[in-house]
Amino acid sequence: MQGNPQLYWRKNLKYLAILLFIWFSVSYGCGILFVNQLNTIKLGGFPLGFWFAQQGAIYVFVVLIFVYVVLMNRLDKSFDVDEK
Amino acid sequence: MTIQTMTFLIVGATFLLYIYIAIKARAGSTKEFYVAGGGVSPLANGMATAADWMSAASYLSMAGLISFTGYGGSQYLMGWTGGYVLLALLLAPYLRKFGKFTVPDFIGERYYSKQARLVALLCAIFVSFTYVVGQMKGVGVAFARFLEVPFSTGIFIGIGIVFFYAVLGGMKGITYTQVAQYCVLIFAFTVPAIFISLQMVGTPIPQIGMGGTMEDGTYLLDKLNALSVELGFSEYTSMGADDRINVFFITAALMFGTAGLPHVIVRFFTVPRVRDARKSAGYALLFIALLYTTAPAIAVFARTNLIQTVSNQPYAEMPEWFTKWENAELIKFTDKNNDGLIQYVASDELNELTIDRDIMVLANPEIANLPAWVIALVVAGGLAAALSTAAGLLLVISTSISHDLLKKYLKPDISERGELLAARIAIAVAVVGAGLAGLNPPGFVAQVVALAFGLAASSFFPAIILGIFDKRMNKEGAIAGMIVGIIFTTGYIWYFKPQLGGFGTPDGYWFGIKPEGIGTLGMIINLVVALIVSRMTPPPPEIVQQLVEDIRIPRGAPQEVEIH
Repeated sequence: MQGNPQLYWRKNLKYLAILLFIWFSVSYGCGILFVNQLNTIKLGGFPLGFWFAQQGAIYVFVVLIFVYVVLMNRLDKSFDVDEK
Repeated sequence: MTIQTMTFLIVGATFLLYIYIAIKARAGSTKEFYVAGGGVSPLANGMATAADWMSAASYLSMAGLISFTGYGGSQYLMGWTGGYVLLALLLAPYLRKFGKFTVPDFIGERYYSKQARLVALLCAIFVSFTYVVGQMKGVGVAFARFLEVPFSTGIFIGIGIVFFYAVLGGMKGITYTQVAQYCVLIFAFTVPAIFISLQMVGTPIPQIGMGGTMEDGTYLLDKLNALSVELGFSEYTSMGADDRINVFFITAALMFGTAGLPHVIVRFFTVPRVRDARKSAGYALLFIALLYTTAPAIAVFARTNLIQTVSNQPYAEMPEWFTKWENAELIKFTDKNNDGLIQYVASDELNELTIDRDIMVLANPEIANLPAWVIALVVAGGLAAALSTAAGLLLVISTSISHDLLKKYLKPDISERGELLAARIAIAVAVVGAGLAGLNPPGFVAQVVALAFGLAASSFFPAIILGIFDKRMNKEGAIAGMIVGIIFTTGYIWYFKPQLGGFGTPDGYWFGIKPEGIGTLGMIINLVVALIVSRMTPPPPEIVQQLVEDIRIPRGAPQEVEIH
């Protein structure tokens, strides 16, 4: 797989698409567009939509970045484009 | 010991710490001055970015704002955190690979154009300056209220401190001071929240506590919803009927604006490698999230506490903090029906109590009867938040002038020492200028924060993203996009903000979008214009296309592009 910049870039774009889809779903989806529907479900003392908007989305954001870090470090290595 | 002596001691101790760090971390070269030598560890950079990012507004005003708007406050919580995902995934690693000092550097070289650099430069200065004036005002207010010195003296103390470590240390001094400031501000923000969470729901973790149960066995949020509805307010946790489009657009404008703000982007030039830039964005968001997930909990506790303390209670029996804030004219009570009780309700006709939102974080420890040192700590935290953000912004202004304007535009043959001196003079002038503007802030300052985010979203963000992800993007497209985006966004905000002299009214809003959210539309327009214009004009030169290939891959050094 060494030394194919086009393939490396395509894989990178695929990761981005998946991660940004999740990013959009938790914030704009669960936290805004469907908030009142989700609020009918309870997560302990939290209405679920409200929880996503004020807590959950932020936790997911943090996790997304670290997942991206791990995925890209692995990808960089497998294509031999990581920094020495 | 009184609250005031305690405050003097704690604030004084933190200031000594900042000055000590500044002396330890002096800058010796332009590289150290602009990007801290490019050798900051991802963890330290993450903390510094978090302190830089969280301003007096995040620290002092946000929890109060959420407290009074409930679900509606979510737009700030998601908007000011979600942008870091965009930064980490779409910008930081590539800009680090590009490896220069500033955002105008990138725009100028990627679009092989001095005009593009100049447009970027003016935007960077405008955005940063409007932002920093608000910070200086925050410093003045915090000093004035707690050290009981005049507002102007407060600002002068603030100028003095920032002047000292920004001029001396540049980015290097600022970064390490910000690490300390982050520790102070996060400690100061979470300690009262933990105490109050223990008091109200018996759990030390506020993030869990806000969904906890109260002594009588009901869920805190259910209780708050019931109280709100009873007084005629809308349910705390629900979205209002016609809010959807604005929450959506404002959240997006704040996210894309965050990812386009020069003082945030420039932080990712300070780490050694591309992989550090990615990781550093993760740390930054983690540190920001600590505060941003605590704030909504504070909001819920404060709101419930407040309603229970004042609603239908006799005015004569109000606690000491109530009178204190009343004296400061931030709480106002008029007994309209002369029954001696406080009616705090949604209806304007019957409501007898008005409360300034900004006091919630500062008043919260007092409302909850916490010890004096906690209150003093909150003040030190607020000052740390304001000073760290101010310093980061001032650095962008000085770099824009000494590096982008002087070195790259007016006087390319300036020596390293000359440039460093120019950078120091520029930051000194900027500190004093911002301080003086903060002393007598033009009435539009509060309004232009919306403009700062709108402009960043509608100018920088698309230009940078397209520069990385669209190899075919050329200077004609990027410049046309930026100019249309800026003019549209500025025009709309000016037209619909009466405070700026515009004459539009809310019923004229396009699709009902408030000026605060229009940056999102401006960004989309910028993208569309840029794509269309670029496809109708010649592709960028071979060497620029090569540059784009280079920055997409972590290994190796990027090429130099000559600008004509």
